Amino acid sequence: MTSPRDSKLRAFVAKVRGFVRGNRRDGEFDYEVQGHLQLLAEKLVAQGMEREAALAAARRQFGNVTLLQEDRRELRTFLSVEALWHDLRYALRVLRKNPAFTCVAVLTLALGVGANTTLFTVVRSVLLKPLPFENPDQLVMLYEQSADHKHAYNVVAGGIFQAWQEQSRSFEQMALLGGSGYNLSGANGMLPEKVEGGKCSWNLFSMLGVRPLYGRAFGPEDDRPNANATVMLTWSLWRRRFGGDPAIIGKDALLDGGPYTVVGILPAWFSYPDPETQVWTPIRHETRPAVIDSLNNHQFGVVARLKAGHTLTEGLTDVDTIEKRIRSAHPDLIETIGSGASIRPLLDEFVNEYKTPLYVLLVATACFLLIACLNVANLLVARSAARRREFAIRAALGGSRFRLLREQIVESVVLSMAGGTLGITLAKLSLQWLMRTRQDIPRVETIHIDGQVLLFAVAVALLSGIAAGLVPAFNATGTRILQSLQESSRSLGGGQGRARLRKVLLSFEVGFTMVLLIAAGLLLKSYERLRASDLGCGINNILTMRVDLPKPKYLEQQRAAFFEQVIDSVGNLPGIQRAGMVSVLPGHGYGSDDSFVISEHPPLPPGRVLLAIKRFADPGYFAAMQIPFVRGRTFNDRERLDQATSVIINDLFARMFFPGEDPLGKHLRVNLTDHEISYEIVGLVGDTRFSISKPVEPMMYFPLYSGFFGRATIVVRSPHDPNGLALPIQKLIAQMDADLPVSEVLTMEQLVNGSTINASFTASLVLAFAVLSLVLAAVGLYGVLSYLVTQRKSEIGVRVALGAGRIEVLKLMLVDGLGPAAVGLIAGLGFGAFAAGFIRSMLYGVEPLDETVFLGATVLLALITGAACIVPAWRASRIDPMKALRYE
Amino acid sequence: MDTKKSEVLQGTLDLMILKTLHALGPLHGFGIARRIEQVSRDVLQLNEGTVYTSLLRLQQQGWIAAAWGTSENNRKAKFYSITKRGEKQLHVEAENWKRIADVIGRVLKLEAER
Repeated sequence: MTSPRDSKLRAFVAKVRGFVRGNRRDGEFDYEVQGHLQLLAEKLVAQGMEREAALAAARRQFGNVTLLQEDRRELRTFLSVEALWHDLRYALRVLRKNPAFTCVAVLTLALGVGANTTLFTVVRSVLLKPLPFENPDQLVMLYEQSADHKHAYNVVAGGIFQAWQEQSRSFEQMALLGGSGYNLSGANGMLPEKVEGGKCSWNLFSMLGVRPLYGRAFGPEDDRPNANATVMLTWSLWRRRFGGDPAIIGKDALLDGGPYTVVGILPAWFSYPDPETQVWTPIRHETRPAVIDSLNNHQFGVVARLKAGHTLTEGLTDVDTIEKRIRSAHPDLIETIGSGASIRPLLDEFVNEYKTPLYVLLVATACFLLIACLNVANLLVARSAARRREFAIRAALGGSRFRLLREQIVESVVLSMAGGTLGITLAKLSLQWLMRTRQDIPRVETIHIDGQVLLFAVAVALLSGIAAGLVPAFNATGTRILQSLQESSRSLGGGQGRARLRKVLLSFEVGFTMVLLIAAGLLLKSYERLRASDLGCGINNILTMRVDLPKPKYLEQQRAAFFEQVIDSVGNLPGIQRAGMVSVLPGHGYGSDDSFVISEHPPLPPGRVLLAIKRFADPGYFAAMQIPFVRGRTFNDRERLDQATSVIINDLFARMFFPGEDPLGKHLRVNLTDHEISYEIVGLVGDTRFSISKPVEPMMYFPLYSGFFGRATIVVRSPHDPNGLALPIQKLIAQMDADLPVSEVLTMEQLVNGSTINASFTASLVLAFAVLSLVLAAVGLYGVLSYLVTQRKSEIGVRVALGAGRIEVLKLMLVDGLGPAAVGLIAGLGFGAFAAGFIRSMLYGVEPLDETVFLGATVLLALITGAACIVPAWRASRIDPMKALRYE
Repeated sequence: MDTKKSEVLQGTLDLMILKTLHALGPLHGFGIARRIEQVSRDVLQLNEGTVYTSLLRLQQQGWIAAAWGTSENNRKAKFYSITKRGEKQLHVEAENWKRIADVIGRVLKLEAER
């Protein structure tokens, strides 16, 4: 039969029909009612009533026609939808009539939504999106902890890897990784090119779950020292250099002048560990077995796949135990074998450095959005205060509270949707900008706005709109209708409740602004410190470029000859003051270290080893780089090949290993190639940093002309902008060897900028949000106080008329405005201290509770809020009592 | 106002109208109001306008149908008649009503016996 659900369904269908058709039937109903009234009146007349009285009685008996009509419409159509539509049109009309308010509110919201959407998109694409490999959550990166416990995530020695691979139980597979650069050259007139390459154990691709697009992946037979040379190409290199022709499989490519058989092409999406790595070679073919088997030559990455169901901790315990066992089995190597193992998800390996900065920015934008919402809420409260009487009258005439509430919320939702739309546009633009400026962020190329991001933006906009709208709405539609009707006619103490609400909102605003200011201050200061941290060498007007001499063609003799010739001819180019060469530039990374023995010192106890960073430099390097000589001299020109027996050390080296001694004339015994050589210390130079944010380490420089090292960076100093020198030098090198590419042409300034970009980026963005928040807070404060002054105009007039001084009035009003600001400021200091702990890892040379930053932020905020308050307060003190009282 | 008159219970008006149309055949709104007045013998206080709301509701459920006709005073008027579905519904509702009335009656009797 007729179930209740059926009946509801029929009612709904009728409503839909009525909604679509509109109100055509209302006329029919009127006719019906008229007929009914007429009949009823006639009946009453027949019973003996007067005609007039009968008509009135008929109407009484029939009831309220308007109400009936409402009922019928409720039955016939979706009244709420109709009302919503009505509210929407009303809201648009109101907003159009207040263009200034609308613009400020929409812009504020757009900035908030835009910033949040941008950061959300970046965080999602860069930090949260899983790696494109098979079961990526099982993939981890393994590390050794350095023997001196200084570095928890140190690179791994080949021998340790082998032990892990053989003895561990929690891993399905492990692969060994190394980096290396190759000079790629072609037979048929192809330009030589320097490409980044990866060396890997053969199982890397199968472990990641990557299948080659063409050809095959490496097999165990390729991954042997005596195997044929093989190479896999990435898709982009294959397209660019080999025309995307699959026929290249099985043919040779020339790497460092030697033929490598191309066995496979990787798929287009494969971009690991970074887009620059373009060729892959089997690691055991490319690396000497002594290095692969060494227990303490740390230089490889290890990627591993956990067995299903095994946790990170289980995996860590597994490899850590193995490493510790090896360490205790080799007491003679106790100083160089890692002290334990470390593990982290493979994804973290990429994004670790960017995690905190991005999350900090996300929190900063969220803070800013909150401030924006508070400000819009504040503006809405102010507006609703002005319309209070209107609301009271409407409520008195029977407007339902819900209806009034809905009207306000609809208005703020319209605002937020406009803000949201603009915000999404802003987000799109800022993402484009970010992808251009921050190419250093991993996976930055995958950032894009998709449905989820849009959904996020709309949700954020809606939420902030509703939040901003609810505050004033609840406040404005209070039940005390009569009171507000009376109150607004006598404005003495009027709107105090509302003012209190606005003050609370202001306290929050000021508090959040304080937190942002403190964070920005700390980050800026640490960026300044970073910039000011002395690399220990010249920065200005120095151009650098790298040449790599490939092996079969350049052995020790050829290298020395080549380097010497380059320096000679480069030094003669016009516009060059000094030229030099070094294996690794200051600030360009750790490079490598080596152990040494001091001949003049008693032998070390077994197991103890002395370590220092090693560099190879030509005699002119120190002068070109403006690294000062503390004592002694540089290499001389005779020190080449077998005669290269001098070494130069840095200041810290002397202080650490020759305390209270003169290091000059002492000897270091070092094994740089395959036999130990004794080097005489001839010079002592100033300290340089290997990384701008890391402390100085002991360093030893060996003669580049020994020919032991085939990779060098040319540095040239010029009296003016050195960028114009790049081309002549490149031409010069091309004349010497047409197959030799030049890479990393950078000025020292660019190099330093590159290593501080992360810090500067975060600092300047947080600062931007802090400044915007400051402006919003100031505007909010100004608005509230101006409103209060207007509200209390007559009261002030009375006070002045009764003899209150201008200064007292000024004080009175200032206290009103500065009170909430002070509350927010103090609360902000507390939260700021908490937030500072959160960003501790991003700070360099600055304590989280840096007094100057905290003091500076306090003073700045106090000044700005004071300035925002003083104008309306001063205006209040100028009130003419006669005018104020007449204003009533 | 006469205090003895009772308000029409929510929903009962629908039942009364269905029964009226079932018993008397097609009627216009005025006629229905008169009939309910007669039957209730002035016990019920009824805003006659609410009859029309009820009629619309019944129409939407498909229990009654409407057609234009001519009234006693030669005016055009809408005549309502019960449909087949309405007959069934009336049966169900009447049964339902009797059951509830029975229960309430018994409960009230219990009260009286104590």
